[in-house]
Amino acid sequence: MGNTDKRWVAALGALGMACGLVACGASGDAADEADGQRSTVTLVSHGSWAVSDDVVAEFEKTSGYRLRVLEDGDAGQAVNKAILTKDNPQGDVFFGVDNTLLSRALENGLFQSYEAEGIDRVLPEYRVDEEERRVTPVDTGDVCVNYDKAYFDERGTPPPDTLDDLVDPEYKDLLVTENAATSSPGLGFLLATAAEYGETGWSDYWEKLRDNGVKVVDGWEQAYNEEFSGSAGGRQAGGERPLVVSYASSPPAEVIFADPQPDTAPTGVATGTCFRQIEYAGLLANAANPEGGKALLDFLVGRTFQEDMPLNMFVYPVREDARIPEAFAEHGPPVANPRTMDPEEIAEHRDAWVKSWTSLVLR
Amino acid sequence: MGQVVDVAGPQVAATDGRRSRGDRARLALMILPVLFFGVFFAYPVAAIVARGLRPEGFWELGRIGEVVADPGIRGVLWFTTWQASASTALTLLIALPGAYVFARLDFPGKRLLRAVVTIPFVLPTVVVGTAFLALVGRGGLLDDLWGVRLDTTVWAILLAHVFFNYAVVVRTVGGLWSQLDPRQEEAARMLGASRSRAWRTITLPALAPAVGAASLMVFLFTFTSFGVVQILGGPTFATLEVEIYRQTSQAFDLTTAAVLTLVQFAAVASILAVHAATVRRRETALTLVDAAVTASRPRGVGQWALLVSVLATVVALILLPLGVLVRRSLRAPAWGYYRALTREDGGAFLVPPIEAVGNSLRFAAVATALAVSIGGLAAAALARREAGRWVRGLDALLMLPLGISAVTVGFGFLIALDEPPLDLRSSWMLVPLAQALVGVPFVVRIMVPVLRAVDTRLREAAAVLGATPWRVWREIDLPLVRRALLVAAGFAFAVSLGEFGATVFIARPDDPTLPVAVARLLGRPGETNYGQAMALSTILMIVCAVALLLLERLRTDRTGEF
Repeated sequence: MGNTDKRWVAALGALGMACGLVACGASGDAADEADGQRSTVTLVSHGSWAVSDDVVAEFEKTSGYRLRVLEDGDAGQAVNKAILTKDNPQGDVFFGVDNTLLSRALENGLFQSYEAEGIDRVLPEYRVDEEERRVTPVDTGDVCVNYDKAYFDERGTPPPDTLDDLVDPEYKDLLVTENAATSSPGLGFLLATAAEYGETGWSDYWEKLRDNGVKVVDGWEQAYNEEFSGSAGGRQAGGERPLVVSYASSPPAEVIFADPQPDTAPTGVATGTCFRQIEYAGLLANAANPEGGKALLDFLVGRTFQEDMPLNMFVYPVREDARIPEAFAEHGPPVANPRTMDPEEIAEHRDAWVKSWTSLVLR
Repeated sequence: MGQVVDVAGPQVAATDGRRSRGDRARLALMILPVLFFGVFFAYPVAAIVARGLRPEGFWELGRIGEVVADPGIRGVLWFTTWQASASTALTLLIALPGAYVFARLDFPGKRLLRAVVTIPFVLPTVVVGTAFLALVGRGGLLDDLWGVRLDTTVWAILLAHVFFNYAVVVRTVGGLWSQLDPRQEEAARMLGASRSRAWRTITLPALAPAVGAASLMVFLFTFTSFGVVQILGGPTFATLEVEIYRQTSQAFDLTTAAVLTLVQFAAVASILAVHAATVRRRETALTLVDAAVTASRPRGVGQWALLVSVLATVVALILLPLGVLVRRSLRAPAWGYYRALTREDGGAFLVPPIEAVGNSLRFAAVATALAVSIGGLAAAALARREAGRWVRGLDALLMLPLGISAVTVGFGFLIALDEPPLDLRSSWMLVPLAQALVGVPFVVRIMVPVLRAVDTRLREAAAVLGATPWRVWREIDLPLVRRALLVAAGFAFAVSLGEFGATVFIARPDDPTLPVAVARLLGRPGETNYGQAMALSTILMIVCAVALLLLERLRTDRTGEF
């Protein structure tokens, strides 16, 4: 009877070997890819990366490299994955680390130095790490409370404008925000309050906000598309909250992505609640194609990309000479005095603040 | 199968004792499974845990106490435990009548229904979460009808867990129930015992180990629940698994994540130890009869009422969420969302979402081949009657991937398998490898009982009557083993199709699988994206259902626990 089992084992062994062969085939593919990488430059980014096709074509024509993009979920996860794989990175350039996470990337040695061509045209307030030049600023965006215009028009009451307004009983149970521990705008909003009320005052403020009925959901998608009554998604989903933590560029997006386009945006921005995020790109420490990566960084701060970016990713350029699209000027004028915070100060306090925020607001 | 197998080849001296040859054979059978688990499970998990506990090159074990003492973490531990207990209790309460009905009553459509109740079990949690949101969330069916919304409440989580694990109880307990000899209970009643006393003293003790095993499996699955809690729980509820994800993926606190991984590891290992004990008890205690003779058409008001209420429960709890999903996928006129799946939109994907179907099928096929060969070898080793303690240890080891955080495995793959000779970072093989890890336990569970059931006397009789060994194998072993292999392969295939947690971390952006594509579409604003997510979920559901129906046709009388 031994033979029976032997055959059985042999059959399974053959199966195993077949799998092994498949695996070899797979690593063969990887080798081919490695050969091709001399002419390809790989950009690793978060899921919000977007660019016009003709702009990519222009980069490929002028630089001679083929652009390959690896998008990877949300910003925080993409940064962490890049750090974990930094010895053997998945690409050459990483785009999408913002000022709230910058220190984490720098401390972990994610990037190598490179001074991008054209960095002198970037507005000075966005340049950081001037000695080592490990990152290149690419865009900025403001995290702000958005309001549903129709809601406040109907009631004849003014929408809130400042952080102080939000704790006014008049706006009780109206605001929805995101989990500061898991969401980038959620963290931005927490940092706005920390910048405004200081290290000791922000928790008092959040206590008041909590007592005034702020609702916290896990991510931006849920807050903006399901809970907020002013967005296209929220209206369909029957959203019930007329105030939401989103971006200053959300109102123009509501116009541009509507069919037919309305004359004015259905939502507005409470300009006294904003926190400025700056997004950076950098050459990965162990990039396989550093030359291609440098060409890509030059391109990211170049005028062509900077002027293409706003309507694709709904952010603002960092270059002083980049034109801002009309729809932005019309439906979402730049925020005059946003709160912001030095990446080092954020690094020093972020984890502790998020922790006490979590126990204060969520538990 | 309890015979000596000579796989070591002719160099094994004929004078070797029977026992040592058996041991050697078992060793040979186990080399590949152990190697596979060492390289693709233990090593990556150890690498990521070590990264967390040895951040600067020396161990920081003091952090373990610190993390465990943190009130927030204690809250998570508490919630994880009590929701798993509550989910298990609720699942038993709702599914035990179902187990009885599927075991003892005959009714038309029983096979189809048994396949249908198993669909949720192999659906990815992200789809389950979505189905439940469509039922209990804002604008969901309950909201439309009665203005009832359960999202972000613990009720949604508990109900989704019942939906998910109904089949575990029906299959584990019902499987045994259908093979219990009803004459024993009848005999007790004949001797004057009341109906309830006969049930309490005869049937209940016989069923208890199966109920225990099912409870432990449900407890294991709900203790490590990720997608359901993540999607339905909002920011306030977190299981250990969700917290590990948040700490790894968002807070980048690898130390806390490592400690939590160890805590979960310890908990799961104890659950599995208890499970192994109850399985052993169950295997030894009972004499079973053919399931076909124990089931009969419902008689009397009680049985009819039970049948109707079970069917109503299945409709409300399982068919309704699945139906809501399908309905939402059809909301756009003229199959709009399905047609949108074939277009490259430049938004969420670099490729048309429909390509995810091809990716998923390809990955699942490779994962199935892997799981069947690894799991088959392991099952062959485990099925040997003289199996000792260390073989049972391997049994538990093979179950562990079901209880280890998929995020941990995913990140572990990324940092551990990045150097030659195993540089798999950008290889598509990572995905089937991770999926095979989840498939192997099912293959083992299905194969072991069947392999053990092959009656050696049959073979001996055939041989005595002059059959060649080849003929014995073809006529006796092959039909049994092939059937079980196909059942196991089908299950591994369905589970691979649905695997989400690890895949989401290692799937390449240009190669999304179905569940990954669904999650990505759900993460994008806009109605079309939502509709496409529903359409893709429906496609995934249909593919799973077809696999399960084929399985149902191949079911042997003594399949394993699933």
